[in-house]
Amino acid sequence: MSEGFAERLDALCQRALGGPLEPASLIRLTGGASQETWAFEAGGEGLILRRMPLAQVDFSDSIGPEIEAALIRLAGENGVPEPAIRYVLNKEDGLGRGFISQRVPGETLARRLLRDAEYAEVRPKLAGMCGAAMAGIHAIDLTKTPPLPTIYAKTALDELLAAYKSFENRSAVFEAAFRWFYDHLPPEPKAAVLIHGDFRNGNLIVGPEGIRAVLDWELAHLGDPAQDLGWFCTNSWRFGARDNPAGGFGSVDEMLQGYAAAGGSAIDPARVSFWTALGSLRWGIMCGKMSRPSTGDLSVERAMIGRRISETELDLLDILAPDGAA
Amino acid sequence: MSAHPPTPEVLAAIARFLRDQVAPTLKDDLAFNMRVTLGALELVRREIEQAESADAREHQRLVDLMGEGELAALREALCDRIAAGKLTLDDPALAAHLRATAIDRLAIDQPSYSAYLAATKT
Repeated sequence: MSEGFAERLDALCQRALGGPLEPASLIRLTGGASQETWAFEAGGEGLILRRMPLAQVDFSDSIGPEIEAALIRLAGENGVPEPAIRYVLNKEDGLGRGFISQRVPGETLARRLLRDAEYAEVRPKLAGMCGAAMAGIHAIDLTKTPPLPTIYAKTALDELLAAYKSFENRSAVFEAAFRWFYDHLPPEPKAAVLIHGDFRNGNLIVGPEGIRAVLDWELAHLGDPAQDLGWFCTNSWRFGARDNPAGGFGSVDEMLQGYAAAGGSAIDPARVSFWTALGSLRWGIMCGKMSRPSTGDLSVERAMIGRRISETELDLLDILAPDGAA
Repeated sequence: MSAHPPTPEVLAAIARFLRDQVAPTLKDDLAFNMRVTLGALELVRREIEQAESADAREHQRLVDLMGEGELAALREALCDRIAAGKLTLDDPALAAHLRATAIDRLAIDQPSYSAYLAATKT
């Protein structure tokens, strides 16, 4: 914990959150790879602080916590399950950049959602519920969002290739995958929508009745609606439930039915498949980027994430060259 | 045979100490980071035990695919050929090599990964 962190947070709580920080309540939660997440109580309410303490770190992919907070508010107003945002940090708070939101009880751990008895009843419905939540995000009025870049498949691929080229080690699988994706780019969609950018099992808070919050908006942008739907189905986010593409919960059809029933436009499943495959390359490149010491994060977790690249290599081969599979 | 304990045994002793004596005293993020650290030690042990034979197999496949050369140079040359579009995933020999290499890599990196389990189940 950095010097004076609890004191500064306490001062903020008294100033802006209706009461002092309950001293014994402050705990650091795990789970966020590029941000610190803290749970605490103040003013009689359970709260969450997400912050980027390393001001020098360049998270050029990330929109920044201020825009993230604005999008969470907007999504909440549009019926997407979201926590209420209580406060956005500013310089004078001395706590880095970030925001404080209401603490939503529930489960985030994907493996528990896929296996625990408590979620057995809701589990078969979650593919459709996630489809519906994505439809809600994609329906958000773009005249109300902060300025965001538009990223279609070609741009996404260009950005991934540039990141890959900065790596010390080459991957023959990634080289082959880049060629394949450039050769199979889908036509651009008719219109861009708000894309969450990291909608997946693990970034949701779920209760026995369904989704309570969609978290981690830092990769939001405008783009192809099939991107969110495809990424949700990328094998890394099935957490071992490989035969249930939609987050390990169910089928692509169930997800798309939930999407359409909530007002989402008709999406060609082939487009979803493209983005699911590209998701494996994207996650592989993200793992490579995050594992580098230059991110400023020297944790064991960060070092280990680079060893997940090989997972995405086999996933890419399973999708792009399936004939070799046993 | 050397009187020195093999490196994997030293690693196993470190892991045992951390798991049995240190981990139970930790909570919250320290407990989480200890689990990650124990996983990392396991990975290093597998790497020490398997990397040499995995590299030898990869080298032999690369020689079969591209001709004689050092392992590192052949890896580079393979990437160059793929990037230039001279070898593609339609080529069964390339696909088989990449698949075998990925599977050997996962045996070290993440042997519990779903795609690895599916690829190696008999």
